[in-house]
Amino acid sequence: MQDLFTVNNLWMMIATTLVFLMHLGFASLEAGLTRSKNTVNILFKNTIIPAIGLLTYAFVGFNLMYPGAEYAGSFFGFAGFGLSLPEGWDTSNYNVGYTYFTDFIFQAMFAATAATIVSGAVAERVKLGPFIIFSIVYVAVIYPVVGMWKWGGGFLNTLSTPFYDFAGSTIVHSVGGWGALVGAAMLGPRIGKYTSRGMTAIPGHNIPMATMGVFLLWFGWFGFNGGSVLSADPGLVSKVFVTTAMAAAAGAFGALAVSYKMFKTYDITMVLNGILAGLVGITAGADQMSVGGSVLIGFIGGGLVVLSVVFFDKIKVDDPVGAISVHLVGGIWGTLAVGIFGDLAGIGQFFSQLIGVVTVGTFCLIFSWLIFFTLKKTVGIRVDAAEETEGLDINEHKMHAYPNFAAKD
Amino acid sequence: MKKIEAIIRTSRFDQIHKCVAGLGVKFLTFYEVKGMGLEHAKPEMYRGVPYEPAYIPRTKLEIVTVDELVESVINCILTEGKTGEVGDGKIFIYDVLEAYRIRNSDTGEHAL
Repeated sequence: MQDLFTVNNLWMMIATTLVFLMHLGFASLEAGLTRSKNTVNILFKNTIIPAIGLLTYAFVGFNLMYPGAEYAGSFFGFAGFGLSLPEGWDTSNYNVGYTYFTDFIFQAMFAATAATIVSGAVAERVKLGPFIIFSIVYVAVIYPVVGMWKWGGGFLNTLSTPFYDFAGSTIVHSVGGWGALVGAAMLGPRIGKYTSRGMTAIPGHNIPMATMGVFLLWFGWFGFNGGSVLSADPGLVSKVFVTTAMAAAAGAFGALAVSYKMFKTYDITMVLNGILAGLVGITAGADQMSVGGSVLIGFIGGGLVVLSVVFFDKIKVDDPVGAISVHLVGGIWGTLAVGIFGDLAGIGQFFSQLIGVVTVGTFCLIFSWLIFFTLKKTVGIRVDAAEETEGLDINEHKMHAYPNFAAKD
Repeated sequence: MKKIEAIIRTSRFDQIHKCVAGLGVKFLTFYEVKGMGLEHAKPEMYRGVPYEPAYIPRTKLEIVTVDELVESVINCILTEGKTGEVGDGKIFIYDVLEAYRIRNSDTGEHAL
């Protein structure tokens, strides 16, 4: 019994480190897909965000997300500030899968993902200070409240057919996605992106770094989904490893197929986005899907992401890294797919999934809009035009990411 | 034929290029350069140490064109490249002794 607990807890701690490494993945991907004059700024945001996640989750997030059984079926609950070790916190009496601290730290690694998704969509023009304030509020309050609705026993969990989100297509990825959509829309596009003569491509400055980023994310996802089993159960974890990997692989091809059909090129950035879309897509039901189902979900997710990128450009919402397409569109698709494919498929489940998407979407839209709007009206959220043209690195950070290269003016 | 060399702000490159292309100039070379001038680089701070980079980044244009177009090209650069701030750049004019097109050995103004 003790051996089982030790093994379970060990796997959960490994999964924790895998999810942690995804922050490096996000940092590399976003840096690679944006311009070198903004690289320090992107990396700064992606460095401070995990710090925000960990600190706020310890202070309020964990107890907002898991307020306790007395709040079952409700919208909001809070178990108090800070962490408090319960009796037997380091034994299987707390949970057969993990200690209290493992529980906390594994969950804490997910918390900052919501803000990190937003950072890609608002890149190259958002003001640093307001973005940090947005992230603190979004990660400390909005994310855990939404998480409580399902994983903390709230109303989504007590629907007659419970809403299902295995590792967070809605709870993590779409929460970030909605914030990204509001942020990108409210900021407006980067200077020069949409002109009277059409759309300008603003290529990223480092494709190798973007590629490394996606592989790091894929690597970390084995912990993201594998750890969401909440134990080292050999059958479940190995199954989740397979569904996760298959969806990613199929996502690459879904994106390749659609982007080749539309643009006649083998666009690596689309394939990279496709892999991520596949991963986001399987995240809601990784433990429910067959191999075939995972491949289908991933392939469709990959195709959807390409169409979505084109769509958002068409409506002039500038998303430098495709965060909205990967995480919001991908997250919604993955969530609904649980009602269409796999062990839980059925009209009732599909309906519950829809309820989850709509309630979470409404909540996140309203609150991310409120936060961004308040910031916009008080301190402003966008750098001025001269600063944006010169680059955020020299203006917000007084330094260059590549000091010995001739930087763009 | 004359060669027009201009050190310009990189942020003005697109407008200058559009203007020059509108004159029918199809051949130009440009590259990113570092240099020094009256404009100082913005002071930076690295790990607690303030420093002023010695150089500023700019773009250098080289346009070889027929004598008749020289004044128009210069006007393009002067109009589109100007912000009024210190650091807008400079233009230099040189005589070109001869020009060749490598593909078919055209010479002179035909090679432009």
